[in-house]
Amino acid sequence: MQMNLRLNLTVAALLMAGAAHAQAPRAEVIHWWTSGGESAAVKVLADAYRAAGGIWVDTSVSLGEQARSVAINRIIGGNPPTAAQFNTTKQFFDIVDQGLLNNIDEVAIRDGWDKFLPEVVLNIIKVKGHYYAAPVNIHMPAWIWTSKAAFKKAGITAEPRSMDELFAALEKLKAAGLVPLAHGGQPWQDNTIFTNVLVNQGGRDLYLKLFRDRDPKAIQSEAFKQVLLTFKRLQGYVDKGSPGRNWNDATAMLIKGTAGVQFMGDWVKGEFGLAKQEAGRDYGCIPGFGANSPYVIQGDVLVFPKTTDAAAIKAQKLLASVITAPATQVAFNIKKGSIPIRTDVDATKMDICAQQGLAIMKDKSRQIGNGEAYLTPDQNGALQDIITAYWNKNIPVEKVQKDIAAALK
Amino acid sequence: MALVVLVGYLGTALWSLRVSLSSSRTFPTYDFVGLAQFERLFGNERWMLSLENLAIYGVLFIMACMLIGFLLAVFIDQKVRGEGLLRTIFLYPYAMSFVATGLVWQWVLNPTDGIQQAVRQMGFPDFTFDWIIDQDMVIYTVVIAAVWQASGLVMALMLAGLRGIDIEIWKASRIDGIPAWRVYFSIILPMMAPTVATVFILLFTGVIKVFDSVVAMTQGGPGTASEVPAKFIMDHLFGRANLGLASAGAVVLLLTVLALVAPLMYARARKEGVA
Repeated sequence: MQMNLRLNLTVAALLMAGAAHAQAPRAEVIHWWTSGGESAAVKVLADAYRAAGGIWVDTSVSLGEQARSVAINRIIGGNPPTAAQFNTTKQFFDIVDQGLLNNIDEVAIRDGWDKFLPEVVLNIIKVKGHYYAAPVNIHMPAWIWTSKAAFKKAGITAEPRSMDELFAALEKLKAAGLVPLAHGGQPWQDNTIFTNVLVNQGGRDLYLKLFRDRDPKAIQSEAFKQVLLTFKRLQGYVDKGSPGRNWNDATAMLIKGTAGVQFMGDWVKGEFGLAKQEAGRDYGCIPGFGANSPYVIQGDVLVFPKTTDAAAIKAQKLLASVITAPATQVAFNIKKGSIPIRTDVDATKMDICAQQGLAIMKDKSRQIGNGEAYLTPDQNGALQDIITAYWNKNIPVEKVQKDIAAALK
Repeated sequence: MALVVLVGYLGTALWSLRVSLSSSRTFPTYDFVGLAQFERLFGNERWMLSLENLAIYGVLFIMACMLIGFLLAVFIDQKVRGEGLLRTIFLYPYAMSFVATGLVWQWVLNPTDGIQQAVRQMGFPDFTFDWIIDQDMVIYTVVIAAVWQASGLVMALMLAGLRGIDIEIWKASRIDGIPAWRVYFSIILPMMAPTVATVFILLFTGVIKVFDSVVAMTQGGPGTASEVPAKFIMDHLFGRANLGLASAGAVVLLLTVLALVAPLMYARARKEGVA
């Protein structure tokens, strides 16, 4: 009799312990934040989630493409993660169409996402009136970075404020025996330069006509032709070792002072930070030429695969609300180099480039999305192929315009 | 066993064919768009360039490997001292992962850090060897690295074939006073025909699949100059979320292989039938 009682009590205690453990929402997150700086950043998210009472299970897969494939395969295979990282693009629209994602309308409406998220981001995460993704950060791919040391050596006293001043600076760098433009010859990096030139020289309207409207008249226009020619002109300022170089090796050239300028996104701040260089003192950041230069928005989001498991749904909702909270946003983005998704945060601890970015973001008229926010991955890829071919080969610019019009039809 | 082959090989190949006739993107859909994907494929400059690169790579790689492998095998067959050590040295590249060695080749062939720079610093300031960043020459650098890797394997197989030649043949040829090169060319090689055929098939399958060398050395660059079909298919499968186009590419690759292999098999079957 006593044996039975003891057995029953032990079983009951174990069950209760198990139930208590099961109460804490468990979230398995697939992501590709695997570099040193990125790992530090994702740890901030994990810590915030744990502080809110959840259990974070980390499944990191290096390289965005691989991570997304793993997530998609698991979703189809019936063993979905609680959340998966995607970019703020149309990458996950096919999955939404197949009905394989849970929506997080409850969190979005409760926390008032419509009020503080930029329109570009809302257009991506909101599909057919439902919210399918939680935005994590905003990266801007069209910054221009300058090395103060290299500029000093070349005798350039002021940061360039227009395309003409930029070319003048590149000439001076060349004359001083430095590499004018540090660039890694990979297709996405060539595309980054193209986006930058389109934003700064083409302007907001031409940019939207190309990416959002895919307007053939705009593609064949004289203005776009000039953008392409300026883009090609920049190719004359890269060094011979450029093809195949990684973006962080190009940033290393700026850090060492052997190159003067790099066209890259704000993720370079991680590299400068690791080399103990400071914005404003060792390197300069130009968000664009002109007082109203557009601010190109790209970034990362977390999507939530479809599940009917109540515990998993609870975890998804908790995760969505934790990562979009102001305190988490500031802490995460300081480590990541990006800017928070909301402007109602305390930005005093962020570096001056991030503060500049955040201030520009407050102006709604300057917000535009990265190409992939408007084009499908396939269309964007086709455009990228043409741009990188033009960068590397001597193709007549009219043919490039025709090819782009055909690819984006 | 037959069931596994049927389902595994044929089933999946037929499924790829089905998907290539649809408009699948991230997920397979089973609608029917006819040959639209194939039309798009052959209008795609990157794909046409990849086929061209595959042809150049294939021909040069197979010829160079067979020649170098055979010469190495002949050399080792001369009862040299340290034969075991030499064999290991020549075969070693094949044992290493091409992803690691491809990266090293990339550094070696880089004009600013590699061979070009080294030779210039040795006192030849006008020496240029920047094939790897040249649009037209980059595929040849991939050939060089691949030949370096695979010659050892060809050597090992040819050596086995050579060792299988009856020692009486050598004695007879020496008595008849036939020059060495003639012996190899007219007597030994025809006797080694099965070995040569095996080597050719192995190399050929390696050529069709070429992917890791290109990814490790040039990432398909500069731009898209060293693109190959396998890389095109992989990029479109995952990165571009375009299952339909990737499957069309895979079907075309399969047809290419069949077009080459089918006549061979037919010829062999006929020979056996007659004999």
